[in-house]
Amino acid sequence: MHSSPLTRTTSWFAICFAGILLACALLVEFTPLGDYPTMHLFFGGSTLNFTLRASIPLILGALSGVLCERSGIVNIGIEGMMLMGAFTAFLAKTSTNHWPLPVSLGFSTLATLLSGLIMGYLHASLSIRFRMDQIISGAVLIILAQGATAFFFDRDAIAEGKFANVPLPLLSDMPVLGSLLFNKPPLTYAALLLVLILGFGLNRTRWGLRTRAVGEHPRAADTMGINVLGLRYRNTTLSGALAALGGGFLVLETVGQFQEGMTAGQGFIALAAVIFGNWTPLGALGAALLFGYTQAIQNELLLAQISLLPHQFISMLPYVVTIVAVSGLMGRVQPPAAVGQPYATEEIS
Amino acid sequence: MFSLGQNPLEAYWGLYQGSLGQARGWAVTLRKMIPLIFVGLSVAIAFKAGMFNIGAAGQFLIGTICAVAVGVHFAGSPASLHLTASLMAGIAGGIVWGAIPGLLKAATGAHEVITTIMLNYIAALFTGWTVSTGSVERGVPPGPLWDSTDLAIAESSEILASAQIPWLIGPPYRIHYGILLALLAALFTWWLLENTAVGFEIKTVGHKPSAARYAGMRVGGIMVLAMGIAGGMAGMAGAIETLGLNHKFAPEFGEGVGFDGITVALLGQTHPIGIVVASFLFGMLSAGAPRMQFESGVPVDLIRIIQALILIFVAAPHIMSQLLRIPALARLVGTTQWTERHAAR
Amino acid sequence: MALHNPAVKVPMLEVCNCTKEFPGVRANQNIDFTLQAGEILAVLGENGAGKSTLMNIIYGLYKPTHGEIKVKGRRLQAQSPRDAIAAGIGMVHQRFQLILTMTVLENIVLGREPVKAGQLDITQAHQAILRLNRQYGWDINPHRLAGELPVGARQQVEIVKALYRNAEILILDEPTSVLTPQESDSLFAVLRQLAAQGTSVIFITHKLREVMTLAHRILVLRQGRVVGNTRPKQTSEVELAALMVGRAVSLTVSKEVITDPGNPVLELEHVHVMGTRGQLAVQDLSFTVNAGEIVGIAGIQGNGQTELVQTVTGLRHPCGGRILLAGRDIIRASPRQIAQRGGCSHVPEDRHEFGMVEQFTVAENLVLNHYNQAPCSRWTMLRPRQIKRHALALMQKFDIRTSGIEQDGGSLSDGNQQKMVVAREFNRDPRLLVVAQPTRGVDVGSIEFIHAQIVQLRNRGAAVLLASYEIDEIISLADRVIVMFEGRLIGQLSSAQADRNRLGLLMAGMPA
Repeated sequence: MHSSPLTRTTSWFAICFAGILLACALLVEFTPLGDYPTMHLFFGGSTLNFTLRASIPLILGALSGVLCERSGIVNIGIEGMMLMGAFTAFLAKTSTNHWPLPVSLGFSTLATLLSGLIMGYLHASLSIRFRMDQIISGAVLIILAQGATAFFFDRDAIAEGKFANVPLPLLSDMPVLGSLLFNKPPLTYAALLLVLILGFGLNRTRWGLRTRAVGEHPRAADTMGINVLGLRYRNTTLSGALAALGGGFLVLETVGQFQEGMTAGQGFIALAAVIFGNWTPLGALGAALLFGYTQAIQNELLLAQISLLPHQFISMLPYVVTIVAVSGLMGRVQPPAAVGQPYATEEIS
Repeated sequence: MFSLGQNPLEAYWGLYQGSLGQARGWAVTLRKMIPLIFVGLSVAIAFKAGMFNIGAAGQFLIGTICAVAVGVHFAGSPASLHLTASLMAGIAGGIVWGAIPGLLKAATGAHEVITTIMLNYIAALFTGWTVSTGSVERGVPPGPLWDSTDLAIAESSEILASAQIPWLIGPPYRIHYGILLALLAALFTWWLLENTAVGFEIKTVGHKPSAARYAGMRVGGIMVLAMGIAGGMAGMAGAIETLGLNHKFAPEFGEGVGFDGITVALLGQTHPIGIVVASFLFGMLSAGAPRMQFESGVPVDLIRIIQALILIFVAAPHIMSQLLRIPALARLVGTTQWTERHAAR
Repeated sequence: MALHNPAVKVPMLEVCNCTKEFPGVRANQNIDFTLQAGEILAVLGENGAGKSTLMNIIYGLYKPTHGEIKVKGRRLQAQSPRDAIAAGIGMVHQRFQLILTMTVLENIVLGREPVKAGQLDITQAHQAILRLNRQYGWDINPHRLAGELPVGARQQVEIVKALYRNAEILILDEPTSVLTPQESDSLFAVLRQLAAQGTSVIFITHKLREVMTLAHRILVLRQGRVVGNTRPKQTSEVELAALMVGRAVSLTVSKEVITDPGNPVLELEHVHVMGTRGQLAVQDLSFTVNAGEIVGIAGIQGNGQTELVQTVTGLRHPCGGRILLAGRDIIRASPRQIAQRGGCSHVPEDRHEFGMVEQFTVAENLVLNHYNQAPCSRWTMLRPRQIKRHALALMQKFDIRTSGIEQDGGSLSDGNQQKMVVAREFNRDPRLLVVAQPTRGVDVGSIEFIHAQIVQLRNRGAAVLLASYEIDEIISLADRVIVMFEGRLIGQLSSAQADRNRLGLLMAGMPA
């Protein structure tokens, strides 16, 4: 309800960024600007479509980070949760290939969410109950996910089918916007909806107020009778489901198959989006779109076969942008004050 | 393992046979130890300065490629000079790659976990490019270190004999002098941390940067220095591994080395001697794993899962005490300074 | 002092035979007392006597090792503050439990939020807070961020938090340590009003004067035990002090009056300093500290003293003005240059933030800022034997009680930790000594010792800059007092002029 000026800045950034991209897309579509190939490369429909597709796992990963860190638990394990989610989705999908497609996909989504809850619960137990350093706990999740997915991965298995586009009536008939935003597969809608839900939840509800309190000043929350550890447990567990959904999205909606290490650092880019978005859902959305956009540009450049630079250098783009974003913004963003600190009631303070 | 239908006894037997069951197994174990010690020290030194170096993998790659760049050129130079120059190039590459996240953290506050990981991907892409085959029809030139004798394979030419690390024990055991360098590095780390003013500064910064500032230390500079040393260690791991053993660079080289370093460092309680011991244990595991897969069909990837389990038990001070109800044990086992550091932050 | 004491009724609160043990420490031992409705009970004791532990037990933050608590005759099994709040207990902690990035309203409703249709019901909460505001004559804007409020208002918010939850027992832990004498008086008026309405008040303090003016009854704690349970009329300050400390104490510091101070050592000219949040924390400050004199900086917490001390010692750089240390400009100097070349020692305000490293041994802590100088180091190598010798010498000279020089600094008692910092800083024979809150959270014995050491250094010709929130400390030690208000110098008094009343008015921003 009362956000600091900074929160507003990053949220504005998100809205402006999305707005500018859309405006340019419209210009490219309807004006002679579209005749220039570079403009197409930067603002064409396929670039923007790819941006959204590349952003969804980042958005979900970043929401996971926002939820977890606003409750005071550092989550560098997003990468591991996503990978596990992707793998579970694949496992569930391949073992239910003979079911009707929508049922099989729905089941796989649920399985993905469940795997995320388990990973989140593991992170919560390690860092809350066993008071492991939260960064190390996150690293454990990553190693565990890498090991388990490689160990159990059946390289001969093939997932058949993935989520298809679901055009929304009326809305999808709009020019440009229609195909860009309102003719998408269900998980994409879900991710965008989750941004709004989490934003509303954190700022307007009792749960959100308590979550923010627990992340900022757990002792103050404790003295007001709030179950600090319980709330952290619940939120961290839930955050696992969000990240896993991001991984599941890769398998069930875009790639269609699983590959070893297929998240390729997206969990970390999502973490950067959390920081860049100043720990707010809307800010994270903007940051994820920015990072997704760099991936789209990279993709378009590769497709355009521009041979000025070897493709490896073009592929570095998202990583370089992430470093620049994280270095350029620190000090101007404000993490939850108690993030990373274990909390115990009976500590002489 | 039961659940997979393989015989666990066979798996353990394979693990043992591959590592300590025979002389060659011992040799493989020692050989695997070398990079583990270096990356373990790398992670540990960063830990001591309060930073989490997930970037050992990238520093390893850059160190490798710098050593290779020197090692494949300068034919005809004297062996001792050529080898030293290649090693130094590897160390320097690692230092630079490690110092970048240190610098970013000191100057802008960017969290090293994110920057080191991003630098890992950049390093992997960059080193991949240096040995890429290029494409004739699209007019993409090959990478500068690519070995043009085989057009289809992306790897570097072989390190010249003058830059190769000589065998300490020759074939079939193939243990090179790198093992001594690794032990020296552990000794150096111990000396640096325990006996020098710089070590005192690193530890102060690691425990409490504000107190370090109060005590007149240049916190930013020390962060850069510590990350530089950490990077140098990881770079040396890569350089020694190529100059001593592989003698060429291929893109998939050094996979997983970063997380190995974290495991070894934590298992060894970030103490140099502990790291040597942990490296031995871990070297054993990875030496035995292929044999295990051969004998029992249990995939090598099991090692990763074991690694995660080791970390869970080592790094969570309260697991042991909760399981065994012995508080003293937890204090002995726990990396308590870590939780405390974060509490103090 | 009319007591609302219907002695026949069930007491509001009974603490029966409560003991609390921490690993290695018995913080409370067989504590017994009762509290009637409308009674103001002062719990008196020095730091470490177990006052806060006792209150945390009552509030459900700690579980007693054994013993029980009864509220209105019913046994309270407080597993968490939630149960204590439900039983009508409210607590204002010594360190305010406010979330500074949230609004006052959010802070107040937290944990007892009015909800309408799934959303927080702001309007209802707003009304409730305004009602409480009116009742006690406060002026708190519920929509401001808690972090923007001055300290006094933060305390009011804390009290509103308790009253919003209908607290019948209000516990205040050292509430006056952040207030001017005048603000304290108005707080006391509120507490009396509350008591008159039937609320029971427990008031924790180590200040004897407050106990005598406010309390209906006094409970004295020492080393975790109740050593006195009396009424103000039946006792005296001297008697209470002896009970509290366990021996007769002299309440004043003996020091001769200086006749002629030496040359100026520290000179500030029109210094401006930016604070952490980008505000001007120190504005246009000019003063001089001469050799052989103690200049006290008085003021309520948060009026720029912290930033001033950090600026003088090089931890923060001013954005304007000049600072001369022995005639040399130190505006751009680093903490090390100021300390090692300028001969400045610094006992920081918060030893846990700056002054020591808990995980380091006592020996390491004792060389924390001169580990790089002879004799403790040579050619960048540390010399463990010299460090050990240095540590043993200091431990003896400054009476630091440890189990050995290898003990972790963090495991020492508060008093010994502070003595460790003081030993390191005082032993270097500084030209300028900057001490901030030298006796905060320290037992009486250590306070006496540290005060004597400060005076001794000054007698040997050191210039001393002493920043303290404790008026009594300033009055008893300083040769000259400077009062800061909102970053400015609002008044300068000689030690003869500095009395509580005058200082209090200046600290509240009212120049005489």
